[in-house]
Amino acid sequence: MSEKYHNNFLKEVEEMVEEGEWVKMCMQCGVCAGSCPLGPHWAHPPQEIFMMIRAGKREEVLRSDSMWMCTSCYNCVVRCPRKLPITHIMHGLANYAHRLGLSPKNQPTQQFATLFWNNLAQTGRVNELKLSLGIYFKDGFAQGVKNAMAMQSVGLGMVKAKRLNPMELFGGHGVKDKAGFHAMLKKAREIEDRRKNFA
Amino acid sequence: MADMKVAAYICQGCGLGDRLDTAALAGVAKKEGKAALVREHEFLCNAEGVKMIRDDIANEAVTHVMIGACSRRAKTEAFGFTDVAVSRANLREGVIWCQPETDEARETTQEMAEDYIRMGCAEVKKMTLPEGNPAAVTERTVLVVGGGVSGMTAALEASKAGYKVVLVEKSGALGGWAAKLYKRSPGKSPYAEPQDTPVADMDAAIAADANIKVYLNAITSKTSGSPGKFEIEISTESGSTATEKVGAIIQATGFSLYDANNLPELGFGKSANVVDQAGLEALAKAANGGAIKRPSDGGEVKTVVFVQCAGQRDDTGKHLPYCSGSCCSTSVKQAMYFKDSNPDIDTVVIYTDLRMPGNGEDFYRSGQNKGVIFTKGKVSSVEASGNQCKVNFHDLILNDQTAIDNADLVVLATGQVPNSGVDIDTKLKADIAAAAGDNSLLKAYNASQVEGAVQPISVLNLTYRQGPDVPQLKYGFTDSHFICFPYETRRTGIYSAGPVRRPMDMVQAMEDATGAAMKAIQAVENAGLGRAAHPRSGDLSFPKVRLEGCTQCKRCTVECPFGAIDEDEKRFPVFNESRCRRCGTCMGACPVRVISFENYSIDTVGSQLKAVDVPDEFSEKPRILILACENDAYPALDMAAMNRNVYSAFVRIIPVRCLGSVNTIWINDALSSGYDGVMMMGCKHGDDYQCHFVKGSELASYRMSKIGDTLKQMGLEEERVATFEVAITDIERVPQLINDYAAKIQEIGMSPLKGF
Repeated sequence: MSEKYHNNFLKEVEEMVEEGEWVKMCMQCGVCAGSCPLGPHWAHPPQEIFMMIRAGKREEVLRSDSMWMCTSCYNCVVRCPRKLPITHIMHGLANYAHRLGLSPKNQPTQQFATLFWNNLAQTGRVNELKLSLGIYFKDGFAQGVKNAMAMQSVGLGMVKAKRLNPMELFGGHGVKDKAGFHAMLKKAREIEDRRKNFA
Repeated sequence: MADMKVAAYICQGCGLGDRLDTAALAGVAKKEGKAALVREHEFLCNAEGVKMIRDDIANEAVTHVMIGACSRRAKTEAFGFTDVAVSRANLREGVIWCQPETDEARETTQEMAEDYIRMGCAEVKKMTLPEGNPAAVTERTVLVVGGGVSGMTAALEASKAGYKVVLVEKSGALGGWAAKLYKRSPGKSPYAEPQDTPVADMDAAIAADANIKVYLNAITSKTSGSPGKFEIEISTESGSTATEKVGAIIQATGFSLYDANNLPELGFGKSANVVDQAGLEALAKAANGGAIKRPSDGGEVKTVVFVQCAGQRDDTGKHLPYCSGSCCSTSVKQAMYFKDSNPDIDTVVIYTDLRMPGNGEDFYRSGQNKGVIFTKGKVSSVEASGNQCKVNFHDLILNDQTAIDNADLVVLATGQVPNSGVDIDTKLKADIAAAAGDNSLLKAYNASQVEGAVQPISVLNLTYRQGPDVPQLKYGFTDSHFICFPYETRRTGIYSAGPVRRPMDMVQAMEDATGAAMKAIQAVENAGLGRAAHPRSGDLSFPKVRLEGCTQCKRCTVECPFGAIDEDEKRFPVFNESRCRRCGTCMGACPVRVISFENYSIDTVGSQLKAVDVPDEFSEKPRILILACENDAYPALDMAAMNRNVYSAFVRIIPVRCLGSVNTIWINDALSSGYDGVMMMGCKHGDDYQCHFVKGSELASYRMSKIGDTLKQMGLEEERVATFEVAITDIERVPQLINDYAAKIQEIGMSPLKGF
C-alpha cells in the first residue's frame, strides 16, 4: 500500500517503469494535456497521471486505461518544456501494468497489442490475415462472422490487388532462422527482466 | 549684472530653409521679439554655427540666446551654453516635421514658426542664468541604516567607490535576516545546492574596512538637514548618543516575517511541529547538517509539508495580498535540508504557483531531482494531533479534497512585511479628506492613535515638517518611481534598498543595495556642485521665493512631493535647495505666484503664451495652447514629428517641467487672451503613477478639476480646458488626441474673448 503524497509509488515507478525516473521532473504546466490530440478521450492526461503517481495513487494509475490511449504521435514530447519523454513513459506504464496483470480487461489497444505481439513472435513476420481474423473473432464466433462479412468487400479487393494471399491462413511465411529469432527474443526478455527486477 | 542683450539665431538646416521663410522669421525676431542681434545660418549646430554664437557671446556681450532650430531635446551639447540664458524655438519637430509639406499648408506652417520665434524671444527675456545653489556643501559620507545583507552590500560598495560609510544596526550584530539562515538559496551557477550565507565574509570585510564605521545596538534617533549636509543623531542602547554628518542616506531596513500567529487555522501556535520559515532555519541551524528533530518530542522526522503562500496572496482582506517572491525558493532550499541528510524523508511542497525568480528554475529542478514532491494545491487547514499533523488541502491538478495525515513537521511560508517605519501619509490623507468634509478617515486615524495601541516606530526620525519617515506607497513599501527611479524615495538624498522597497530575495537585495549606493554617491556629488539630483540631474536652478508677497498659506509646503520645504516659526516657507528636485510643483501651487526659478517661472511661460499672435474670431484659425510635460508628453510629440505624424497647425506647445508646475494663472491668461482651448498633457497618476515627480500630475489634475467655476465665470464652455494622460510611447496617440481636440474646438466654435 502506498501512502498519499509519499515517495513509495514514485520510487516504484522510477525503478520498474521505462523512463520512470523522469516523472518527478514534471512541473505540472499541462502543455502535454493540451497538446494531446486524443486528450478528450483520456480519463487522465499525462499531467494528471504524473501527479497521481506523486500523490501515491498506485491502483488508480495502474488500472487506468489512459496510457493505452496514447497513439505515439509525440506531440507532447516535442512540446514538453521539461523535455520529459512522455510517450515512452506512457508505454512504460502500460507495459508495467500489463505485466502486473492490473491493466483493464478488454481494453482494445491492449488486446490488439497482445495479438500483434503473439502473431509476430511466432514466425518473425506479421501474418496480416491471421491478425485481422484474430481481431474479428476476439468477441466470439458469431460476432467474428459479422465483422468478417462487414469487411468482405475490402478483403476481396485486397485479394484482387494481390495485397492479401488467402493461402497465408495455412502456416504463412516467416523469417529464415526461426530458432535464432526466438533465442533473440528470449535473451531480450531476460535482459529487460533483469533491469526492471522482474523475476 | 550687465545689461541684457538678446541674440536670436535661426537655422536653415534640416529642411528649415526650404519649408520656411527664414528671412521673415528673422524679421519677427527683430521687430516683435526685440532681439538686438538676429542671424540666420544654414547649419547652426555645426562647428561653424556654434562658433558664430560663441563669438557673439564673447565679442557682442550677448547675454540671452534664442535658438530657432530643432527641439530643445536635440543638439543639447552643441547648444549647451552655460554662460548665457538659452531658449529654444522648436521649428523642426514642432513645425516642419509635424506639418504636411504642401503648398496649402505653407501659410499655417509659417504662422506656427513665427509664433514659436515670438515665444522663444519672450521666454528668454524673462530668464536669467541659473547660478547654482550658493549654499552648496557636501559631506562625502554615506549613512546606511540597517546592517543586513542589503545594508552591508551598500556599505561595502560605497566604500569601494571611495566614500566613507556610517553603518547603523539596531541589533547587536550585523547580518540581519541572513544571519538567521542555516544556508541561503544559491546565488551562483549551477544554482543547484543551498550555499553558505555571505554574512561571515561581509562581516569580516566590514571589520577590515577603515572607511566603514559601524554602530551596533544603535538607532538613528534624529535626522535633520538635507542632501550633502545631513546631521544624524545616533543613539545606542547604552544611552550614549553620537552625531555624524553625512551626505546621503541609504535605508536598508529589510523586512519582518508576516506574523504566523495570524494563521491559527494552519496550526501555528497549536502544535510545536508547525513552524514558519524562520522557525525551520533555527531548527536547521541547531541540527547543523545532522537530522532535524521533531520539535514536540525530539522524534525522527519522516514527513515534512511546506505550505506556500501562508497568509500571502490573500484575497479575503485578512492577510497580505501580495506575493513575497522569495518564499518558494526558501521552501525548496529547506526541503533540501531534509533530502540532503536523508533522501528517504518525504518532503511535499504544496503551492498554488511556484515562483522562482532569477535562476530559481534551476534550483527548482534540482529540488525535483532530489525527490522533493511538488503538488499544486491550496491548504485549507492543518490539524494537530499528538506529534503529527494532518494537512488538509485541495489538490488543484487532481481536483481532489485530500490530506496528508502524518506530517511530522509543517512549515508555513509566510511573507515579507517591510520595516519602513511610520506611514506619514495616513494622517495627511485623513486631513485632506476632512478638509473636504469627509471625517471617516480622520476618525479611523484617531482611533488608531489611542493610548496603548502599538504604533510603528520611526526608522529615520526625520525632522522634516512632512513627517519622520519616507513616504510609503502600497502595503508599507517605500514609495519610489517604479520604472525610472526605483531607489529614489520621495525624500531627496535618501535611498531605499532591499525588501523595504519591494519584496525580494537575497540576490535581488544585493543588486538593489549596489544600485542605491551608486545613487547615494550621485546625490553626494550633485549636492556639492549645487545641482539637482535626479530626475533633473545637473539642473542648477532652484526655487526663489519673494517672501514679502507670501501669504503663509502653506500650500507649497504641503504639496511638495519631496518634503523639500519646511516652515519657519512665522509659517513662512523655508526652502532646502538640495532636497529640491526642481519640478516646480510649489510654483504651480502658489496662489500669489511668489515662487520662481531663474530659468523657469510664471513669467517665462506666461510671456510665451501671451506672445502668440491670436487671429480674430473670423479668421477660422483657432489657437490651442498645449502645456506638455517635458518628461513624457513632449518627447512623445517630438517622436511623433520624427515619424512625420501630422497634427493640427493651430496648436502652440509649451513644455513644462511637470504638470504639477502649471499655475492656473496660465490657463486664465490663455483663455482671456483669446485662446480657444488649453490641452494639458501629463503622466499617468494614481498608485501605478508614471509621473517623474510622483505627485505632480495628480496635483495638476486635482487643480484642474476645480477650474470649471473659473470657466463659468468667464462665460466659457468646460471643454475649453482638458487634461490628458500621455505616456512617452504614445507616438501615434498624441497627434490623434490633438486632432480630436481641435475638431471639438471647431465644433464648439471660436472663443468669444478674442481681441480684448
